Amino acid sequence: MKSQNGDKQALVTIEIDGQKIEVEDGSYVLQAAQALGIEIPTLCYFPFTTPYAACRVCVVEARDGKGWSKVVTSCNYPAWDGLQILTDTPRVLNARRTNLELLMSRCAELPVLRNLAGKLGIEEPRWGTGEDSCILCGLCVRVCEEIVGASALTFASRGGARNVTTPFHEVSDDCILCGSCASVCPTGHIRLEDQDGKKVNLRELQLGPNSAITMPFRQAVPNVPYINTEHCIHFQTDNCGICAEVCPKECIDYEQKDSTEEFEVGAIVMATGFADFDPTPLKQYGYGALPNVISSIEFERMNNAAGSTGGKILMENGETPGRIGILHCVGSRDDDHHKYCSRVCCMYALKFAHLIKEKTGADVYQFYIDMRSFGKGYEEFYQRILDEGGNVIRGKGAEVVPASNKKKHEGHLIIKCEDTLIGRYREVPVDMVVLCTALEARADAKEMARKLNISTGADGWFIEQHPKLGPVQTATEGVFLAGTCQGAKDIPDTVAQGGAAAAQAMKLLCKGEIMMDATYAEIQEEYCSGCRICNDLCPYHAIEFNDEKCISVVNSALCKACGTCVAACPAGAITGRHFTDEQIYTQIEGMLA
Amino acid sequence: MSGEAKSESKFEPKIIGFLCNWCSYTGADLAGTARLQYPPNMMAIRVMCSGRVDPGFILDAFSKGADGVLVCGCHPGDCHYIEGNYKCMRRMPLTQKIVADFGIDPKRVRLEWVSASEGARFQEVVTEFTEQIRALGPLQLRDYKFEPEAREVHHVEA
Repeated sequence: MKSQNGDKQALVTIEIDGQKIEVEDGSYVLQAAQALGIEIPTLCYFPFTTPYAACRVCVVEARDGKGWSKVVTSCNYPAWDGLQILTDTPRVLNARRTNLELLMSRCAELPVLRNLAGKLGIEEPRWGTGEDSCILCGLCVRVCEEIVGASALTFASRGGARNVTTPFHEVSDDCILCGSCASVCPTGHIRLEDQDGKKVNLRELQLGPNSAITMPFRQAVPNVPYINTEHCIHFQTDNCGICAEVCPKECIDYEQKDSTEEFEVGAIVMATGFADFDPTPLKQYGYGALPNVISSIEFERMNNAAGSTGGKILMENGETPGRIGILHCVGSRDDDHHKYCSRVCCMYALKFAHLIKEKTGADVYQFYIDMRSFGKGYEEFYQRILDEGGNVIRGKGAEVVPASNKKKHEGHLIIKCEDTLIGRYREVPVDMVVLCTALEARADAKEMARKLNISTGADGWFIEQHPKLGPVQTATEGVFLAGTCQGAKDIPDTVAQGGAAAAQAMKLLCKGEIMMDATYAEIQEEYCSGCRICNDLCPYHAIEFNDEKCISVVNSALCKACGTCVAACPAGAITGRHFTDEQIYTQIEGMLA
Repeated sequence: MSGEAKSESKFEPKIIGFLCNWCSYTGADLAGTARLQYPPNMMAIRVMCSGRVDPGFILDAFSKGADGVLVCGCHPGDCHYIEGNYKCMRRMPLTQKIVADFGIDPKRVRLEWVSASEGARFQEVVTEFTEQIRALGPLQLRDYKFEPEAREVHHVEA
């Protein structure tokens, strides 16, 4: 329970509906009642702001046991020793009814008030029914001032004209668009709207609401919440801190910073995955411009029971779509973007079709170039989808446009394409379009490759040592590849490659010692003049100078056999084993013979 | 392969290519697995790094009858050995100067960057260099007119 002065308070005993409880002197009655599990209706109470007793529906009867009694608001009535509280006497209920009826004379149709009226047995409020939706409790004003620290809201005017607003009824510069006022408003009077393009709502993949302290998604690893510092009120105004206050384990640490940790390892498995192709540049599909055009990963989240819509397939207006179009090869097999096939889209698109049918019964239209059901059981699954009544149209979707005035297509989208099997141009009306976006290499793949001394192909995927004989190894010993960082692949292939990479890494670690290549540089002592030219050339610092003998010496364990020193030695004292001068001269001679 | 070259137009140059193991040799391999056609005039010698290419190799190749020498390495910054290709990059202009002093057109020596994924680029480089050497004709030592400005060597773009 929140202490009013922060110091240790003396404890007092009070009695609520006959139950005794020890509370801090001066703490509020409502808190004690809530601790006992006694229900007192409230509208304007919020545990983290100063109680204000604006709504007055939390009234209770206070007695001293000697005959004195008074109806008080429990949210801000302090406890004192011997206080007796009654929460459901006829006097209390009568007062609550009167107060509620007064509120209803202002805003009668609010569900929250109607609900309370039903509980208190009010059929029609005596003083008329108003149509406002603000009960003037001022909770938003207090939250904005005390918790957010922005003070962007206030009461304005007096008497009947009293209202809550921003200064001069304009969007305030002090407003940080945190949305706290809307989230605490008991009646839903405050709504968030886009103003000047400022984002007012965090949404999971733009599909559902989210808060500033959240988990990335329910199956996230590690499964702990994180604070989005960009949107958290504490990081913007240094106020709030409610999460730290409510956390029973005191886990919230605002001081945590990103840190760099160093580990010494014997092998590295690169499993950095892929990035999702952004379909916005493909203007013909209207992603981001047209409603209900979503990418496959967004659809996947929507379809997930733990996702933004709880697994329901919904259009932006909240209705269930009746016809869904799935466009394959968005960004893949496209000369302007990625020439390669992303390999997974055909099969997940078929899976989508199955799930859509199962969940909504909607008609699904797939627009494909080639149906690549290449894996074990895949072709059978394709046949099953066809048997289920999935529509497949062979022809890449050309364009998605909003339906024109045709009455029956009102509000629909139209997918234009050439059906290459019947040789005709077709326009297919749908309610929702799912774009099967390409898998592409992560933007930082090149940087990572450089750090690990491995290479990337033209598409940005990491290159394996050999396409057939070294599919998980790389040019750098001890660095292995797993999954889509090496190229687009589906889950079975990824798991197989991951297992192979782990096995290769284990092989290296279990041995405890590494096999050295027989290629390394050697310095012939008798020829070395000790000029030290080679010392600075070696990028691995494998060449040391022996002061006693006045010659340079190669540490063969460090040498990687690049041969730069061999070519540089003016005395020809260094031999690059397996790439000796004699060998190369002989090769030249042999070739030119 | 070039033994039957009789006239100037049928001249088949002999080119020695020094390819670094990690980028260019793999790139050449890729050109092969991708079935990309390039002139067979270039004969590849694998070295671990373009930094291994001793200027002596280039001179030796010319002395033994090569018409051109191509050195291929990893792109700057991508060297498997961190900076071996930079060493090569610094040696090449000097090598070209020495070659010019011997009366050999420095255009007959070229350094190119070909990464492991650039099979098509490898094809391009070899084809283009072969054509250039073909145009220059067979190497005849002292066929190169010594002019001071011609000593300006061709710097390889980084």
